[in-house]
Amino acid sequence: MKGILKLAYKLLANDKAKFTALLVGIIFASFSMIFISSMFVGVMNHSSSTIINIGASMWVMDPAVQIPANSVGMPDYVLDAVRSMRGVAYAVPLYSGTALVKLSDGSYQAATVIGVDDNTLFGRPEMVDGRITDIFAENGFIVVQDGDYPKLKSPRVGAEFEINDHRAVIVGTAKVAMSGLFGLPTLYTTYNRAIQYIPNPRYTISYVLLEPKTPADIPQIKKQVDELGYMALTRNEFMQRSINYYIFQTGMGTNLLIMTVITFAVGLSVSGQTFYTFILENLERFGALKAIGTTSPELILMILFQVTFTALTGYGLGLGLCTLFVSLAKMRLPSYFAMITYANLLLGLVMVLIIAAISSYAGVRRVLRIEPFEIFRG
Amino acid sequence: MSMARTAIKAEKLEKWFGEGEAKTMALRHVSFEADFGEMVYIVGPSGSGKTTPLSVLSGILRPNVGEVWVEETEIWNLDSNRLAEFRRNKIGFVFQDYHLFPRLSTVENVAIPLILRKEDWNESVQEATKYLEIVGLRGRAELLPVKLSGGEQQRVAIARAMVGQPDILIMDEPTASLDGDTGQAILKFVHEKILNRDRCIVVVTHDSRIYEFASRILKMEDGRLTGTEERAA
Repeated sequence: MKGILKLAYKLLANDKAKFTALLVGIIFASFSMIFISSMFVGVMNHSSSTIINIGASMWVMDPAVQIPANSVGMPDYVLDAVRSMRGVAYAVPLYSGTALVKLSDGSYQAATVIGVDDNTLFGRPEMVDGRITDIFAENGFIVVQDGDYPKLKSPRVGAEFEINDHRAVIVGTAKVAMSGLFGLPTLYTTYNRAIQYIPNPRYTISYVLLEPKTPADIPQIKKQVDELGYMALTRNEFMQRSINYYIFQTGMGTNLLIMTVITFAVGLSVSGQTFYTFILENLERFGALKAIGTTSPELILMILFQVTFTALTGYGLGLGLCTLFVSLAKMRLPSYFAMITYANLLLGLVMVLIIAAISSYAGVRRVLRIEPFEIFRG
Repeated sequence: MSMARTAIKAEKLEKWFGEGEAKTMALRHVSFEADFGEMVYIVGPSGSGKTTPLSVLSGILRPNVGEVWVEETEIWNLDSNRLAEFRRNKIGFVFQDYHLFPRLSTVENVAIPLILRKEDWNESVQEATKYLEIVGLRGRAELLPVKLSGGEQQRVAIARAMVGQPDILIMDEPTASLDGDTGQAILKFVHEKILNRDRCIVVVTHDSRIYEFASRILKMEDGRLTGTEERAA
C-alpha cells in the first residue's frame, strides 16, 4: 500500500506546475479563512475586555445594555437592593465611562475610565509600577500599559494631566488581561473619584458586580434582580450577549459569513479546477493503471491521498503564513486584534477538507468511469 | 514429443456496442486457442475489430456472449477485484501509445506492475533495473520518458510488461509508432528474448513487415475470424 501511495505522491508532486497551482489555491483558502475568523475572534474577545479584566462572577445592569462599553446608569438603591438579596455574598458598584484627557502638552485624548469600589477595589488591575493603595491619594489614577498606552504619551508615576478641568496624577502603572476594542487607553481610579471627575447623568452606577454565595444561588439572584426591573448575567452570559450584539446587530456576522463564502468559493474554484485538470491530463495513465490491474478502490485511494496531501500541505503553509502575518502585525501594532484559536484552526481545516473532498469527487467519478479498453484505442 | 499447453481458449465470443439501430457488432462468433510458446498475431485492416478480442481475452472488456479460458480459469466468471488481480499477475500489456508516465523516471515506469503488487518500492526499482538491462536501456534508467526515442519508449513499455513475469504478453500495434527497422528490431527482440515455452504472446497488428515472427496468424474482418495461417517462426 505504501508503494501505491508513493506512486500517487510522485505523480502529483513531480507535476510541479499543477502541484504549485493546487497548493496556491489551498494556501489562499486556508490563510483567508483562518485570518478572517481570527480577526473576528479577536474583535469578539476585545469587545469583552472589560468583563474579562474586571473578573466579576455576575454583573447587574440595565436590560438595555448590550455591550460593556454602552452602560446605562442605575440608581444607588439598586446596589443596596442587590446587597440584600438572598444568595448574594457581596456586591460592589462599578463605574465605566469615557473621558477626554488633556495632556501636559495641551493635546486631548479620549480614554476609558474605570472606577472601582472605594472600599474593596474589586476589579483592580495588576500593578506594574507603584502601589494599588496609592489610588486613594489625591487625584490618583492608575494607567494601563497596553497597546494604547502611548496615546497618553506613555506617562510614568507622577505624570499629571487634566480630566474635565480636574487635576489628575498617575500614581501607578498596571497591566490587564486584554485591551479594549476601541483603541482607547484605560485609566483606573476609585468609583467616587470617577463620578466626581466625569460629568454624569442622574444615575451613576454603570454596573453592580456581585459574587453569589454558591453557583446554585445564581438562578434565584437572577430572578430577584429581574423582579427589581434590572438584569443579572454571569460573566459568560454577558460576554455572549456582547458577541451576539456584534454578530447579529452590527452586520459583522453577515460580513464574516460573506467573506468566508467568497474565500471558500475562490479556494474551491482554483483547487477544484486545477485538480480536475490534473485528473483529465492523467486520465489515460489512470486508464493504463486500471488495465494493468489496479482496482477501483486503489485508484480512489490514490486520488484521495493526492488531494489530502495537497490539502494538508496547503493548510499547513496557509496557517504558517497567517501566523507570520499576525505576528508581524502585532509587533507593529501592539493592540492588533487578530487571535488564532483552536476553533479558527478547526474551522480552516474543515473548510479545506471540504474543498478537497469536492475537488476529488469530480476526479474520482471521472477516473472510475474510464473504460480501460479505451486505452487500446490509442 | 511434448504436448503444447493451451494458454488461452476463446469460445464463441460475441461483442456488440450500442442497441437497436446503433448496434455495432465488434465480434461475431470468434473462437480460437493460443498455446504457451506461441506468438499469435491477430491481423486485419483498420476497423476490422482486432483490438476487441485483445481487450476481451485480457480481462478488460466483457463479451456479450462466449467464454475466455486462461489456463484453467474462465476469467469472466471472476468478480471485478479478482479480475484486476488476474490482470496484475498473469498479463503483461504493451500499449500502442506506450502510456508511460511522463513524470516518473524510466525505471520507475518499469517498476509500476511490481508496485501495484504491493512489493517494496526500492526492491521493485531494483528488479526494474534488471529488466531495463535486458532491453538495453540500463543507462537510461533515471531519464524521463520524454527524453527517450520512440523505439526506446517501446522497449521501456516491454520491460514494464515483462517485469512481473506474466504468462501472457499482450502487444497492441507494437510497431505503429515506429519506423520499419526499429519495429523489426523490437519484434525480433521480443521473439528471441521474451517468448519462451511458458509464455504466450498475442500481438495485434496490421504491419505485414513483422509477420515473420508469428507462430500463427489469425485474420479478422468485420469482427469475424476469416482465416488462420500457421507459420514456422
